[in-house]
Amino acid sequence: MSVARPPGEPRRVAYLYLLPAFVIYAAFLLYPIGRAVQLSLYNWDGLSVGTWAGLSNYAAIVADEGLRDAFVHALVLVAFYALAPLAIGLMLAAILNHAKVRGLGFFRTVVFLPQVVAMVVVAVAWRRVYAPDGTLNGLLGALGLDSLTRGWLGDYTFALPAVGVVGTWFETGLVTVLLLAGMSRIPAELYEAARLDGAGAVKEFFAVTLPSVRGEIAVALTLTVIAALRTFDLVYITTRGGPGNSTSVPSYEVYHRAFGLSQIGSAAAIGVTLTVVIFAISFMINRFADRGAS
Amino acid sequence: MIPPTPRTRALLAATAVALAATACAPGSSAPPPAASSAAPSAVRTDAAALGNVTLTIWDQEVRGGQAAQMKQLNAAFEAKYPNIKLKRVSRSFDDLNTTLRLALSGNEPPDVVEANNGRSSMGAFVKAGQLRPLNAYAEAYGWKKRYPASVLRYSSYSADGKVFGEGNLYGLPQVGEVVGIYYNAAKLTGLGLQPPKTWEEFQAALAKAKGAGEVPMQLGNLDKWPAIHVFGTVQGRNVPAAQISTLAFGRKGASWNTPENTKAAQQLVDWVDKGYFNKGFNGQGYDPAWQAFSKGTGVFLIGGTWLMADMEKVLGKNLGFILPPGATPDAPPVATGGTGLPFAITAKSPNPDAAAAYIDFITNADAMKVLTTTGNLPVADTDQQSVPAGAQQDVFKAFGTATKNDGLVPYLDYATPTFADTLGAALQDLLAKKATPQEFLATLEKDYKTFAESNG
Repeated sequence: MSVARPPGEPRRVAYLYLLPAFVIYAAFLLYPIGRAVQLSLYNWDGLSVGTWAGLSNYAAIVADEGLRDAFVHALVLVAFYALAPLAIGLMLAAILNHAKVRGLGFFRTVVFLPQVVAMVVVAVAWRRVYAPDGTLNGLLGALGLDSLTRGWLGDYTFALPAVGVVGTWFETGLVTVLLLAGMSRIPAELYEAARLDGAGAVKEFFAVTLPSVRGEIAVALTLTVIAALRTFDLVYITTRGGPGNSTSVPSYEVYHRAFGLSQIGSAAAIGVTLTVVIFAISFMINRFADRGAS
Repeated sequence: MIPPTPRTRALLAATAVALAATACAPGSSAPPPAASSAAPSAVRTDAAALGNVTLTIWDQEVRGGQAAQMKQLNAAFEAKYPNIKLKRVSRSFDDLNTTLRLALSGNEPPDVVEANNGRSSMGAFVKAGQLRPLNAYAEAYGWKKRYPASVLRYSSYSADGKVFGEGNLYGLPQVGEVVGIYYNAAKLTGLGLQPPKTWEEFQAALAKAKGAGEVPMQLGNLDKWPAIHVFGTVQGRNVPAAQISTLAFGRKGASWNTPENTKAAQQLVDWVDKGYFNKGFNGQGYDPAWQAFSKGTGVFLIGGTWLMADMEKVLGKNLGFILPPGATPDAPPVATGGTGLPFAITAKSPNPDAAAAYIDFITNADAMKVLTTTGNLPVADTDQQSVPAGAQQDVFKAFGTATKNDGLVPYLDYATPTFADTLGAALQDLLAKKATPQEFLATLEKDYKTFAESNG
């Protein structure tokens, strides 16, 4: 008979143990994804029998200016959702960590608060802020800057940045708290050593703090970039893609085409493309973080 | 390249399995459309003799007066026909729109549904054979005598769902809608003006309001669609009604690129140039706009009759409503308008006779009275209702006049499945001067022509 394998060696029976989880995973994830990919190859209105469309739905994403713009808008939002919160978060976290402020818990809570509020509520509140007679214009008026007041969400130049700023406000808390956690793990000796070497606060930040939180930065970027690319609720509530199409984003197009225009195939194609883009960008971020770490 | 590990191989295999499992055309498992034309002789109108029946009804009558009338009428129906039980499912307009499609493609759809008139809802359902033509019932219950033709066409389609506005009748609405001009009577008096009787007078009033430092007209266009009603109103002064109907029903034989349409678009741009709208209207929400109007900002507001009840609560007798006036005081009325969502019977419903009896019950002469007392605008017998003087009477009179003279023109966004979007975005562009009237019309023409030609 065969020699008994030492424990921990791979055995075929292990697949059996994986089976229950895999079945659930397949039923609720793999099957729907496969189905979405399949739908994206058809022209289907959701009611009658679909007709084969080949890759034409994907070709349309490249050819259709409106859809191309939607993806560009999503990339612009990445700057507001991911890069700006990262910059602000690094600064805030470094200050909070360095200064050993009293009541750190309080500040952490305040900064994190937007994350706790549902996005729909956030969007409704900001819609009021941006309204022509809203808080922002009221503030500008009080400062004597009447010339700057406008209907922010109806302005072709400012609607997308206005939506983006909400994202920055929303994500900064998450990023800051993540980075704070990372920074609190940095041993004090490292800072001491840096200071003995004559490093100032800025040098210290770049030499000690930044490299130590690389992992947290990767996590924060992955989360916020994904949030940026799949933005839906914010746009749905605030602008519905307007004015014109200047704030349309892929997720909104998916919803709109599937439920508004009954172009299920096209909606699925956008969804699949968006998934691929998100996957690719997340993959790159993590590869980048891993390579730096090793 | 990473060599495929057993894990990735298993994943690939699983994906392949998932794909294979789904590899048949979507929608092909749905049963073929049911035989859809019931012979008139088969129609039964004696609801009490139909035996025990349960009707499932999906409606969107969830707000104030709408919810009240539905509750009252349903109770009366069940009291009159104890053999018929009603199972009511009510959802908001948006929720109904997004879930109805799935519900109808199932094997046991509801019996009666409120389906939006447009091509992407009712049109698509007719095309898929999911709604029952009601011609035989219309005959039996005399619906065509009670309802104006210009109202019934909003729930009529050809049997293949391609032609909107004629052919079979697929639904019956309870309430009517018309887009007109609201005015603030106190402000008009303050300006020394009367409610305008001609389009010229209206524009003169706008100019005078501007000169007096008032906001001449409230518009909240953040939601994209509100300007469609303003443009429709301006278009009705400049373009022959028949042409508007052809364009709005998405039929071949008209064009957006006409001097008349250009003139209408130009007039709208002129209003922007002259500062007739509130500042930042493209960034103002629809609700905040009419709320601002009812709180006293703005002399005029172009809007639908559905706003009347809420605005009257605040403005009281200072709120007035007129149909958009024509070139002369006695010009025949032309106004964008239509109906509330029509009630339709699904093709798979096993109880079409009971369903039709229900629809007749909630739209008969008594029902119209209930609709009036609950603050709704009944679609038929409008001029026979007695309502107190004020905005409500204005609205009833306006709708009665418009339907009696066949003066309703359809909502422009009915034209094609994508037209609400195309027109909404194009109007935002036009009003923000991102597009010239010519570019604006070219955008509309492209959508309209593409659809009208492919639709055959």
